[in-house]
Amino acid sequence: MVLSLMSRVRAQSATDLLQKIRARLDQVNDYQAAGIMRTNVSFLKEPEASVTVYFKKPDKLKIRNDKGISFVPKGAVTISLNNLLKGNYTVLDAGTDTTQGQKVRLIKLLPQDENADMVLSTFWVDEKRLLILRARTTTRDNGTYEVELYYGKYIAYALPDKVLFTFNVKNYKLPKGITFDYDDGSPKKKQPAGDGRGSVELTYSSYIINKGVPDSVFQ
Amino acid sequence: MWKLLQIELFKIFKRPRTYIPFGAIAAIILIIQLGLKFDGQSYLEMGMSSVADTFNIPYPLVMNGYLVAFVILNTLLIQIPLLVALVAGDMVAGEANMGTLRLLVTRPVSRTQLMLVKYGASVFYTILLLIWMALLALFLSMWIFGTNDLIIARDTVIEHIRKTDVMWRYIAAFGYAMVALSTVAALAFLLSVFAENSIGPIVATISIVVVLTILSEMRIPLYDNTVKPWLFTSHMLAWKGFFYSQSNGQGDTIAGSIENLPSILRSLSILLAYIAAFVTAAIWAFQKKDILS
Amino acid sequence: MSSVIRVTGLTKRFSALKAVDGLSFSVEQADIYGFLGQNGAGKSTTIRMLLTLIEPTDGQIEIFGMDLRTHRREILRKVGAVIERPDLYKYLTAYENLSLFARISGIRPSSRILMQQLEQVGLAERAHSKVKTFSQGMKQRLGIAVALVHNPDLVVLDEPTNGLDPQGIADIRNLILHLSAHEKKTLLVSSHLLSEMELIANRMLIIDKGRKIVEGKASELFDPAQTLVELDTPEGTLAEEVLRRSPWQEHLQSRRDGKLLLKMDKTRIASFVRDLVQQGVPVAAIQPRHSLEDYFLSLTTANQHVEAFTDRAV
Repeated sequence: MVLSLMSRVRAQSATDLLQKIRARLDQVNDYQAAGIMRTNVSFLKEPEASVTVYFKKPDKLKIRNDKGISFVPKGAVTISLNNLLKGNYTVLDAGTDTTQGQKVRLIKLLPQDENADMVLSTFWVDEKRLLILRARTTTRDNGTYEVELYYGKYIAYALPDKVLFTFNVKNYKLPKGITFDYDDGSPKKKQPAGDGRGSVELTYSSYIINKGVPDSVFQ
Repeated sequence: MWKLLQIELFKIFKRPRTYIPFGAIAAIILIIQLGLKFDGQSYLEMGMSSVADTFNIPYPLVMNGYLVAFVILNTLLIQIPLLVALVAGDMVAGEANMGTLRLLVTRPVSRTQLMLVKYGASVFYTILLLIWMALLALFLSMWIFGTNDLIIARDTVIEHIRKTDVMWRYIAAFGYAMVALSTVAALAFLLSVFAENSIGPIVATISIVVVLTILSEMRIPLYDNTVKPWLFTSHMLAWKGFFYSQSNGQGDTIAGSIENLPSILRSLSILLAYIAAFVTAAIWAFQKKDILS
Repeated sequence: MSSVIRVTGLTKRFSALKAVDGLSFSVEQADIYGFLGQNGAGKSTTIRMLLTLIEPTDGQIEIFGMDLRTHRREILRKVGAVIERPDLYKYLTAYENLSLFARISGIRPSSRILMQQLEQVGLAERAHSKVKTFSQGMKQRLGIAVALVHNPDLVVLDEPTNGLDPQGIADIRNLILHLSAHEKKTLLVSSHLLSEMELIANRMLIIDKGRKIVEGKASELFDPAQTLVELDTPEGTLAEEVLRRSPWQEHLQSRRDGKLLLKMDKTRIASFVRDLVQQGVPVAAIQPRHSLEDYFLSLTTANQHVEAFTDRAV
């Protein structure tokens, strides 16, 4: 009896949990974050870049490199959880799982809009701290994205210190007759057959929160 | 020797046709720059179509002066050997054809000195051609297109080099290209000794370069490990190696690094060996040659 | 007096062809040395060997008392040459050509001196015209100026009057004589203009098929008073035997196809004929050769074997 009472008090419904998280996220109207972006894609030799990430409610997100060029993955808008939680959806309680060394609630969202690009989203939720630690989104046209979030200094705003974003990558190859590369005689790495996965890691050093971000930034 | 070199350069630059390659290079470069200025995005989309599915590519930033210079070098450094052969192949055969070779050889100058000076003059000309190319391909492109990071599409990898890390690579690449083209000049120079007319050595040089380049680029196992590593044409593209960076285990490139410097140095030493061999053979043949023209 | 040029046993073989065969001759100080031979006799080959354009197959060449093989540069500093048709840099002016070759020869004459040298060959007014606008005669004169620009002691002229009009030929003749008489230069001149060689050469070498035919002072080889006489007789062998037994033996030069060549004072021709007839030698014809041309042709007629009875090297 005591056990069942305790379990009823501990286990919020998935819907309630998500609503609380959303409310937490809604504290942030906009932010400008300075960070280092590191790209890990098999065919891309990218130097780490100093970037600025801009966010403005409800769903505007932009990653900018003002000192050079950065290849930003197309699904990067999904690193903003606000984008993942917008719209109407059916919430499914998928039980529990373990991630980042802790036990979490597993919640799935099915969009009610049949034409939505997002087909299914899965969240690994830290119930106690009301934080989403991990999210996986399967889209209609652009494969599956995964976001892993690590919190620290800005936990009060549910803003991560580090985000690891993983995505599908199409295989890249150009004919040698076009590139005329220098053949240095070293054995060539065998390219994986078919498309693969790539990742981008954003490590934030600072946030400027709710100080206003002009719309021109997102053009 | 310096006085003789001055005389050779005086003769070269007094001839109107000496300036044709400079004009040709300028024309090609300006045509490429014009094309990329007006439709550079299409050019980039062609090479990056598969990447554009996954990433947002800032085409206007990618199409900057550093990339334009790379595109120009990629094109021109295949054609420039012809222009180099035009002068180097004429060095001895042209004099024989004009009848001035016998006047030169009867002067109190050793045949070895004469040959070294003539080869030196053709190398000097090659260097001037490259400097001209650098001014137009690199600095003019930087002025027209601005500068930013350099993105290079290799066959299986895209190199991304920060703009502060680019210029020294171009300096090294041009330096290497000088040696590569001096190798072609040395070959044309050697063939020039055996001819009484410069057309023969020029055509022969170009034919040899074309055939060996095809062998160098083809993937035929019979040649891959036997002949290819020793062909000078297999090492002429090593200037590109200065634009291939090392990356750490996490896929980040290391600024200021070169992916395979030992390989570039090995290619360089092979080219220098070819130059030494060709020039030595030319001097030896000229020492033995009966001047009948 | 040491020779300016001394050639011993000079031979050049081009594959199976022997262009020069065991040639020996010498050129003395202040000589105007005529070098004669038909086309293909080996004159140009010999001159090219003297100028290190061609490597001899065998033999030795000494110039100014130095071995050409080991002292090439020192020798060439004192040698100037015009080889066949002088081809210069057509896209340069006469002045630029002259200046360029002066500098290659190790000297840097002033503009005034270069203009003087062009004046000497009659090209001062065209000093700044490109050579491609020059006539053949003008190119020839510029070639001579280039040969003389570094004030050489030995001047080698291979067909220097090619392409010149009579006035031009006379100018070159006078220049050669001036260089010899007043500037004390030694000249080696090859030419087909035998009439010109008669006028200027003091010593001569005649070659045929790469071999020396005769060498000596022009006055000895060709003294108008010493006429070359060609005896045409059906009994060539008998005639030769008779002459060898007679005082006329020393006049015998060579024999060719039954004809005998002798040299004698023309006043003695009549007595010579009489002696022959008296000895039973039928004389079909007797033909005096009065000129160098006759002498030359008699020695070097193509496709005929020539026996040289005398070696006149001095």
